[in-house]
Amino acid sequence: MQYDEKRLTRIVATDCGSTTTKAILIEWVDGEFRQTIRGEAPTTVEAPLNDVTKGVINATSEMEELARLKYNNPNIKFMENGEFIIPRKGDIGIDAYVSTSSAGGGLQMMVTGVVASMTGESAERAALGAGAIVMDLISSNDKRMNHEKIERIRQLRPDMILMAGGEDGGTVKHVVEMAELVAAADPKPRLGASYKLPVIFAGNKDAQEEIRKTLGSKVELIITDNIRPKLEQENLGPARDKIHDLFMEHVMQQAPGYNKLMEWAKGPDLESVPIMPTPAAVGNIMQTIAKDENIEVVGVDIGGATTDIFSVFTEEYIFNRTVSANLGLSYSISNVLASAGLPNIMRWVPFDIDESELRNMIKNKMIRPTTIPSLLEELVLEQAIAKEALRLAFEQHKEFASGLKGMQRQRDISEAFSQSTSGASIVNLMSLNLIVGSGGVLSHAPRRNQTVMMLIDSFLPEGITRLAVDSIFMMPHLGVLSEISSKAATEVFRKDCMVYLGTCVAPVGKGKIGKPALYAKLELPDGSKFEEEIPFGEVRLIPCEAGTVAKATLRALGGLILDKEKSKELIVDLHGGKVGIVLDTRGRRPFALPTEKTERIAALKKWMREFKVYPEQILV
Amino acid sequence: MGQAYSAGLTVTDSIILRKERILPLKGQVLVKKGDKVKAETVVAETLLPGKVVPFNLANKLGVTPAQLEVYIKIKAGQKITKDTILAENKGLFGLGFFKNEIRSPVEGEVENISSVTGQVLLREPRIPVQVKAFMDGLVTEVIEGEGVIIENKSAYIQGIFGIGDETVGELKMLATTPDDELDLAKIDDSCRDKVIVAGALVRLHAIEAAVKHGVKAIITGGIDDQDLKKLLGYDIGVAITGHEKVGLTIVCTEGFGKITMAQKTFDLLKALNGRKTSIHGRTQIRAGVIRPEIIIPMDFEESELVSKEASLPILEPGTLIRIIRQPHFGRIAKVISLPEELTKVESETMVRILVGEFEDGTRFSMPRANVEVIES
Repeated sequence: MQYDEKRLTRIVATDCGSTTTKAILIEWVDGEFRQTIRGEAPTTVEAPLNDVTKGVINATSEMEELARLKYNNPNIKFMENGEFIIPRKGDIGIDAYVSTSSAGGGLQMMVTGVVASMTGESAERAALGAGAIVMDLISSNDKRMNHEKIERIRQLRPDMILMAGGEDGGTVKHVVEMAELVAAADPKPRLGASYKLPVIFAGNKDAQEEIRKTLGSKVELIITDNIRPKLEQENLGPARDKIHDLFMEHVMQQAPGYNKLMEWAKGPDLESVPIMPTPAAVGNIMQTIAKDENIEVVGVDIGGATTDIFSVFTEEYIFNRTVSANLGLSYSISNVLASAGLPNIMRWVPFDIDESELRNMIKNKMIRPTTIPSLLEELVLEQAIAKEALRLAFEQHKEFASGLKGMQRQRDISEAFSQSTSGASIVNLMSLNLIVGSGGVLSHAPRRNQTVMMLIDSFLPEGITRLAVDSIFMMPHLGVLSEISSKAATEVFRKDCMVYLGTCVAPVGKGKIGKPALYAKLELPDGSKFEEEIPFGEVRLIPCEAGTVAKATLRALGGLILDKEKSKELIVDLHGGKVGIVLDTRGRRPFALPTEKTERIAALKKWMREFKVYPEQILV
Repeated sequence: MGQAYSAGLTVTDSIILRKERILPLKGQVLVKKGDKVKAETVVAETLLPGKVVPFNLANKLGVTPAQLEVYIKIKAGQKITKDTILAENKGLFGLGFFKNEIRSPVEGEVENISSVTGQVLLREPRIPVQVKAFMDGLVTEVIEGEGVIIENKSAYIQGIFGIGDETVGELKMLATTPDDELDLAKIDDSCRDKVIVAGALVRLHAIEAAVKHGVKAIITGGIDDQDLKKLLGYDIGVAITGHEKVGLTIVCTEGFGKITMAQKTFDLLKALNGRKTSIHGRTQIRAGVIRPEIIIPMDFEESELVSKEASLPILEPGTLIRIIRQPHFGRIAKVISLPEELTKVESETMVRILVGEFEDGTRFSMPRANVEVIES
């Protein structure tokens, strides 16, 4: 059911994250939907309170207080006796309450398939697309012994299992064998022993009867359409929908306080609005942007515990999501150090620091995840770690976001020479139009220039790419809001959520430091001009306001190229933004930093000054 | 806003504790409501299902899964010993020449036989598991078949990070001041089976000496991350600990690096020198926060066992706080005021701050997120 401003004038949306519950107020003001007030409070899904709604009440009361101040009206009230008042009557109440949740570790799933890189991967894609964390993929060919697989299934305690395997009409043996292993493990759900573990079977339809016999009495078995009915066809929708249904019916019911939260979440006609897993809501929004604007998009949400990457590529709008479960900036910060290694973090730091001091700082952030860098040096270090977390998460995403593997394809002669294979990554940085960043370190960076530099250094965009950031991290809220009003969600998204930072122009190819790399002539909207032949190894930042464009003539020099057609010269409009237009001649494929320490620090300082990312005191 | 919610760790000389001691699977409870138990008392036990051994019988026998029923000698649910014949064929010409017998590799039970895959699942005998009381106290509730709830009155300290599982020992103060680094010379055989207390830091060589002398646990203000990495042989990526097997339990009260133990924590431990202490290093910072605990049980009357209602610690003027990030990491102070407006700090971040005052009267301001309430 969709509503417009006649029924929706004041909406509360919350996102119950693993640490913080973030609430936003959306109102119909002066003929448009706007996000007006936000509040936040610690999430209360854990002991001692064990009730997620307490955090929601705290965040909402903060908004109530701020609303009374903003409108200078002491009568404004959203809740009464600890519950939302719906519908709104004058100053009292709201018209709808919606929420997403990733508290308590979000939705944790295990998936199985017959061949890991085919049905296994399809199952993984369905689970990730539904907003889950995939704890493990178990397949017939994953090289573990059967008893090891049984032990693993027993230890994992997922919220649910998704089983795939076999094309329709194909062999049933392997998929039934997998069901036998699951039955032998007799897996128990993570939350509460009072219900049976939900298991979704989305494999060969001929195996359904055998699967029922093997698993029917041990688990809550749900059978749905095959996720991979043919090798060359993937059908993720039905399995994804079942995951969402089960998330509401089983998993959320078990989490402390969620019964009440689910009752609260309702629209103006008091019909309930399902609580959505946070990443599923963000995925909704990313796909909407890509389709509305007909562009290719990469989105990232870097949190304390995990980093999610979303992408929409090719003309069929193929959507992929990956979650790097142990790359994040608080709980998982120490794992970024372990995965990236100290030298990779230090390469982004423009000063020297003792290893032991840095290691202890990182561990202290891990054990006290809610602290904020108040010293400049600590901010620089956290942003260096963020660059590595983003880089690693994007690498994982590129590997995962691929065409279907195992298909036979007819190739033309050019493909044969280019060695392209089935299952190659569909992430193409040269054709990518937009990168959207979100999550604390990107959304709340003290200077937006820092966000720009973090996105460029970690994603290494190629050619011409626009950059944006979620202003205060409200994409999850808008993703779930679109379920009852896509009008409100889209309006707020455009006006209050997306902050366009600018455009990055990065010619691709190798070059020599100091040799000419890019000739750029920009006519800026204020009438001023920028013209320079920029040497290789430099960056330039040209201010150009959001909502305006610069008319640009770009010429790549010294064998570099500007787009996927390998153009050397382009006459284009470059979009401005809060930060401006970045001309980056540091090279791509490869992008390399000087290896010698003093040279590297000197280069970093030069770029950081140009980007205006930090105050001068840290760069002297 | 005159107050705000904040994180905090409990350090107190008296609290009513309530601990669930639950079996991983249903089993038998061995004590009853009203029993007084010691930390070492076994309160419940059960048998965990044995390991499952999958075995493709059809392949071993060289027949199709459908043909298996002709040759099979066992039924689902049947008890078996090692070498029980699971299936046999009749040999060449049905005369027993080159007869192929397949014997069970394990003792246990037949769980399942599949005619689709030819796979047999054998389950090894059950494994006994016991749950101890962990702390001296009173059984106040029995959860039938699952475990018990034990309550007591204790001095109680929550650590910030630890390694190693539950253990019990007598408290032995080795530090003289809270900023001491644990002196290797003080660790000798008198520390055997004890829970020893260091000050601001314990180095790797001291930990190794403690393991050698049979120390049960170390309580310290801080630990150096490189020492911890060497001790464990790997770098901790995500803080889920408690399962480490390094020979003792370690609980840090403040964090990583050399950090002076909070005076209140130090004084409390000093006052209780020689007392029986239950301690564990289990830490989980995500999805169900678990912090290490130091529990020193006290004498109590049953009527005292009324626990306070849970609430979030609150920051307000007068609250005692500990600073948990640079600058001033580890120092104790008092909240003076909580300005409402967002304020820019050195890193240029706009945050809600608090104004605090150290014991010597100097004032400072810092992000509210960088302090924790010292609860009492």
